[in-house]
Amino acid sequence: MRTRWWVGALLAGLFSSIALGQEGMRAFVGGRIITVSGEVVENGVLLLRGNKIANVGPLDRVLVPAGVPVEDVSGKVIIPGLVDTHSHIGQVEGGDRSAPIQPDVRVMDSINVRHSSFQRAQAGGITTANIMPGSGHLMSGQTLYLKLRDGDVIDDLLLFTPDGRIAGGMKMANGTNSRRDPPFPGTRAKSAALVREQFIKAQEYRDKIARAGEDPEKMPDRDLAMEALVEVLEGKRVVHYHTHRHDDVLTIFRLREEFGFQVVLHHVSDAWKVADEIAAAGVPSSIILVDSPGGKLEARYLLFESGAALERAGALVAFHTDDYITDSRLFLRQPALGVRAGMSREVALQAVTLAPAKMMDLDDRIGSLQAGKDADFVILSGDPFSVYTRVLETWVEGVKVFDRDNEKDRLIAEGGYGAGNPRFESLDCLTEAGGR
Amino acid sequence: MRRTLLWIGWLLAAVGPAALASDLAVRGQIVHTMAGEPIRDGVIIIVDGKISAVGPAAETPVPDGMRVLAAAVVTPGLIDAHTVVGLAGYLNQPHDQDQLERSAPLQPELRAIDAYNAREPLVSWVRSFGITTIHTGHGPGEVISGQTLIAKTAGGNVDEAVMVPAAMVAVTLGEGAVVSPGEKRKKPGTRSKAVAMLREQLIKAQEYVAKRDRDEDDKRPPRDLGLEVLSRVLAGEMPLLVTVHRHNDILSALRVQEEFDIPMVLDGATEAYLVMDRILEAGVAVFVHPTMTRAFGEKENLSFTTAAALINAGIPVAFQSGFESYVPKTRVALLEAAVTLAYGLDFNQALAALTSQPARLLGIADRVGSLEVGKDGDVALYDGDPFEYTTHCIGVVIEGEVVSEVVR
Repeated sequence: MRTRWWVGALLAGLFSSIALGQEGMRAFVGGRIITVSGEVVENGVLLLRGNKIANVGPLDRVLVPAGVPVEDVSGKVIIPGLVDTHSHIGQVEGGDRSAPIQPDVRVMDSINVRHSSFQRAQAGGITTANIMPGSGHLMSGQTLYLKLRDGDVIDDLLLFTPDGRIAGGMKMANGTNSRRDPPFPGTRAKSAALVREQFIKAQEYRDKIARAGEDPEKMPDRDLAMEALVEVLEGKRVVHYHTHRHDDVLTIFRLREEFGFQVVLHHVSDAWKVADEIAAAGVPSSIILVDSPGGKLEARYLLFESGAALERAGALVAFHTDDYITDSRLFLRQPALGVRAGMSREVALQAVTLAPAKMMDLDDRIGSLQAGKDADFVILSGDPFSVYTRVLETWVEGVKVFDRDNEKDRLIAEGGYGAGNPRFESLDCLTEAGGR
Repeated sequence: MRRTLLWIGWLLAAVGPAALASDLAVRGQIVHTMAGEPIRDGVIIIVDGKISAVGPAAETPVPDGMRVLAAAVVTPGLIDAHTVVGLAGYLNQPHDQDQLERSAPLQPELRAIDAYNAREPLVSWVRSFGITTIHTGHGPGEVISGQTLIAKTAGGNVDEAVMVPAAMVAVTLGEGAVVSPGEKRKKPGTRSKAVAMLREQLIKAQEYVAKRDRDEDDKRPPRDLGLEVLSRVLAGEMPLLVTVHRHNDILSALRVQEEFDIPMVLDGATEAYLVMDRILEAGVAVFVHPTMTRAFGEKENLSFTTAAALINAGIPVAFQSGFESYVPKTRVALLEAAVTLAYGLDFNQALAALTSQPARLLGIADRVGSLEVGKDGDVALYDGDPFEYTTHCIGVVIEGEVVSEVVR
């Protein structure tokens, strides 16, 4: 329906004022376009207007106005920009060791957008990422959904919700990573109790504000932690919950039932054991595939088959890099391994595009190639799930942010002398496991 | 039940040697023997665990009653040129981590055979991808961390699994060998100190050998387990496996190699592409770092193209799974090779660096690394291009026994 409207708009533009209609337009012609939300288009056209997709469809049905710059992508494959629900790029930091629950802490106040890890993500075709603090706390801080635009400062990369807030979620964790010496919890049950106490406080804080109404005398003092938790209670801030074991997944369901927050399960090593329960709860899972099980007790059952198990059960599933755990440049390898272990190709590609977009409440803007959505896409040399395929170009909002033909970009994509990171960078997940 | 078992036993006895578990035929739409051109519709016959025939199906009859496994693509059992699995376990808890003894920086006397757990799940995990031989043992992290061994990924204990009980001596130079800020350990504090300690120890071993060879019993030194091992290095019997990443640390290793005229293999060698002429000149091989190892610290300049650059320069290269301290607890050499493949390597170069090349570099080419008559019946079966993301390993055979049939 929307497509038809755009075709109409284009035709109108063509007849009324060609120059105006071409303003900021650009077309990619001749490639295989996997839209994710619709059909796969062979010999297709992807038409941009400024930072948005103007139209997408077969060559014989999409009109490219005269004078619009055209890039021939014959033999290549275009997919939506990849969306990563869980990344630690940009030397991100969250809460410190002072307390297990730190909802007041914002990752926005720590991210270095000039770090080469951002470029590596672009080289991997990632256009939107949820940058998270680590999992060494029950609640380690406010996450940030970023567009991987070429920016100099964090403000250049921000996304905003329809009501004008900076888009982001809340990072939580259960299981062993957040268990430490006091004031951190020592057991799983204590972990859950501490979290419940905080959410109950937040409910009371919220109710006080409601009771105060317009009366400033009755308003409680500002409390940054409570304010953030109230956003969680009101569903304005999705909880991204690090969890591995099957029983920890069910604990999250209990907390969600009690407090009504919106949640995405992360890692979910045991997903294949509780896939039916996850599907029945209607809770999405963002999983990671690594090359062997183990490395920590909770990941001993982490298998390639989790994606297929969740798909079969009818649960929404995404993949994430957890960069540095896996390299953002090889993000497409995860859905490929998912296919290896039984996922359908369609759901596997959704799992790095539209599904994660849904998990971040951004699917009205990103995650698929359709008219009106942001012009975020990746040009590949071939099949998205082949080891021989390369990311050729990455575009964010109509701007090319990675080009394999550019020497500097290629150094980032392939590595080599000078591609390196500054040394001794923060590696949240590794640090918590006792590494450096 | 008992009667059934008796019957089966009787049947097995009656059928005789032709039905032994170690007799097997493997048929592939394409068989990469790594000894000549690939064979279309090829067959490998394994009798008593050894390859007795290999050739086109039309010319290679399968004995009556012999079990036949079939696959689209068949390769020799793969060799992981360097790993720590079996000493490192997948749980990553203190009780299953034996790859690094931190009590002292120089402990060549530590034998891998005294720690190898043949039943470690990581061993069967890598096997399920087609890895049939591993060079495993003490890991990086001390100047001399101990010895390595070579084993098949089958067998219930080290004696059944092992091919070479003492293969190499593991050495680390560079950042991995030196003490971290705030760390209270008996490690060298700088790169130079680490090299000095290694040289001192090798000189001690030279002196030990000289004294040991004296005619009079009473003038011989008391036995020293560590120096005995290093004397084998000096005699050219055991190479030093030197884990280094930065270009200058690679040159430090080569300096030691030249000074003592000892066999050496460079391990990891992230910045090897900067000093290829020196590596060629020294004539040492490289067990190149896993392609997907994390690019930070000493490995910040790693490149997906290093394996291709080294191989195309004429340096002998083998792939490895390396060492991981966290998640994933091991990598898989096949999957690491796959990611480099489109960066300047061709299929045969990549497969050779997983089969014939590591067999040669590990000194076991008389038994494994290619599908030839007389060699061990170690075979990997795939349902397509072994390097492709979506292909599965569908069967693994070691010395004629089917050790894995999981589709992975």
